Amino acid sequence: MTVIQVENLYKQYRLGQVGSGTLRDDFTRWWHTLLGKDDPLMKIGEINDRTSVATSDYVLSLRDINFSVQEGEVLGIIGKNGAGKSTLLKVLSKVTAPTSGQIKIKGRVASLLEVGTGFHPELTGKENIYLNGAILGMKRHEITSKLDEIIDFAGIQRYVDTPVKRYSSGMYVRLAFAVAAHLEPEILIVDEVLAVGDAEFQQKAIGKMQAVSKQQGRTVLFVSHNMDAISRLCTSCLYLKNGGLEFSGRTDDVIQKYLSAETQIVSSIKYESNDAPGNQMVRLLESEVINQHIESKLNYNIDEKIGVNITFEVLQETNDLIAGFNLYNQMDVHILSSHDTLNQNKTYTPGIYKATVWLPENFLTEGMHYCGVAVMSYKPFTVHFHDVAKIGFNISDRQNGETVRGNYTGVFPGVIRPKLNWDKI
Amino acid sequence: MKETWTEVIQPKKSVFQLNLSEIWNYRDLIWIFVRRDIVSVYKQTVLGPLWFFLGPIFTVFTFVFVFNQIAKISTDNIPAPLFYLAGTTLWNYFQACITGTSSTFISNANIFGKVYFPRLVSPISMVISNLLKFGIQLLMFLCFWFYYLAQGTIHPNAYIALLPLLVLLMGGMALGVGIIISSLTTKYRDLSYFIGFGITLIMYATPVIYPVSAIPEMYKPFVIYNPIAPIIETFRYGFTGSGYFSWSGLAYSSIFTIGVLLIGTLLFNKIERTFMDTV
Repeated sequence: MTVIQVENLYKQYRLGQVGSGTLRDDFTRWWHTLLGKDDPLMKIGEINDRTSVATSDYVLSLRDINFSVQEGEVLGIIGKNGAGKSTLLKVLSKVTAPTSGQIKIKGRVASLLEVGTGFHPELTGKENIYLNGAILGMKRHEITSKLDEIIDFAGIQRYVDTPVKRYSSGMYVRLAFAVAAHLEPEILIVDEVLAVGDAEFQQKAIGKMQAVSKQQGRTVLFVSHNMDAISRLCTSCLYLKNGGLEFSGRTDDVIQKYLSAETQIVSSIKYESNDAPGNQMVRLLESEVINQHIESKLNYNIDEKIGVNITFEVLQETNDLIAGFNLYNQMDVHILSSHDTLNQNKTYTPGIYKATVWLPENFLTEGMHYCGVAVMSYKPFTVHFHDVAKIGFNISDRQNGETVRGNYTGVFPGVIRPKLNWDKI
Repeated sequence: MKETWTEVIQPKKSVFQLNLSEIWNYRDLIWIFVRRDIVSVYKQTVLGPLWFFLGPIFTVFTFVFVFNQIAKISTDNIPAPLFYLAGTTLWNYFQACITGTSSTFISNANIFGKVYFPRLVSPISMVISNLLKFGIQLLMFLCFWFYYLAQGTIHPNAYIALLPLLVLLMGGMALGVGIIISSLTTKYRDLSYFIGFGITLIMYATPVIYPVSAIPEMYKPFVIYNPIAPIIETFRYGFTGSGYFSWSGLAYSSIFTIGVLLIGTLLFNKIERTFMDTV
């Protein structure tokens, strides 16, 4: 059963200072409405790309969006900042009206665009549960009947009668999410609330959302930048770009499309000799990420071997060249560094060489990884080039039962995930 | 098969599509907002709700000193403190309501931008929560009133019974004017500056600190056509027996109140859908 049907949805915003010229524009609009003409100030064609200077004072944050959501579906919405994700949620949750098009909804909607909306700092935790619950659309008796459960979920028993301004930010978020999690809407709209809170809480929150959709058959719309949460929670996904619906479908496919399009990370890069990183001694020609069949690709399963090729041109004969490799994750953690010590005494005559380094299977965790490729000398220590975050790869765990994750679907922390040996008990 | 949707979100809804039943569904929220407004006011204060008394008392004694003792403005043979209290009790309610409701969109922009509930809930709860403050001030007025009643200096009459109507009119009018202003301030911020001093100006155009009988003939129309005047005068007439009362004046105030409420709700209803884009 379709519970949300979005048809030809547009949302237009005014750019710049609101106020100057609004009276004149209002008048123009009013005059055209009176004459029964279209609004001349609305330009359907204007694409919302925040990096280019606008030609019109108005911009389309949403541009001809069409999709439908089935009952019990968990729909992820991904896209860069400014792609229109939050606007879409705002229109869906009636915070602001669309400019044209329509949305048809079946059932009660509760939206969670922010945690703790309307929390009053002077009021106690308990008072705020009532306040926030009522703002989110709960009746007083509903809140009363769930009060203990909410306090328990938030884990703030000791502080229920303390004003929330004395709360730590973590407690604040936990309390706020606890209220929202105990709403019982047919449709729940959630915007990146998981960005805050510790790992334990995030797991609790994701678990709660899974429970809401799987056990209670409710529909969830979920916006996040966290591909891990999206891939774990969502059955299908929308990918928004510059206000338009770029791609939709199965979560895995959409994430793959999104990562290659938006992160600007590619699986291989070639340089022309005039703009190649390097110096008069050595320069980078090409770097690429490959699988064990020497195929260049971006998305890997966690139990795949990943290779990195560094093709460089030596311009002067030398016996002191070492290729190097750095690996970073999406949080910019420098996971490891490696030097090609095997070839360190090799004499390089001018020409083109290819160094290859292999990352073992079952070693890294899910998510985006970025590579830095370099060529150095030791005597004296010189870095001829270090080309960072141009190539990279994404790792996902399709959970075939053979990986470290096993059948566990929750948050799995850690920077790396090697297969360790456990002794038999 | 025709599908049944519980809700269809569209760009424009008709201005007359007022969803009063929706506001009724959110009555719990109104109640909780009222509670929040009252409770949060005196948290972390030593005197607590006593502040509701102290403010008006000081104001009234200032009035007695300035307008009665220095400026020698007539109080229609009513003891001066009682005269000013009679004027300010309802006026303060009006003022509190209008300053509160006229900034509805701007002061709630944060909440309104994140969650949907009928926006009218906010100004309505404001008008209700100010009733408590009004009640406390009325109580204080009644203390003085009983004192002077025992002394025999005042002569109340049956028009006292109109009090609930007067409060209703005052609240309704403040709500109506307040939501009109709040709707317009979302785009034209200038109005919020106007309300700051405008409300003081209106007080001087209302018989709060002077009786209607003291107005020179040529200025009388200004006060007579002020829809707040009959409400204040009726209050004073009912409680003290002196002042000016006419059914036609009260009818005029009622029609005005219904008028601004109607215009206000229609305007508010239109603005609330997109105000987030302009505020």
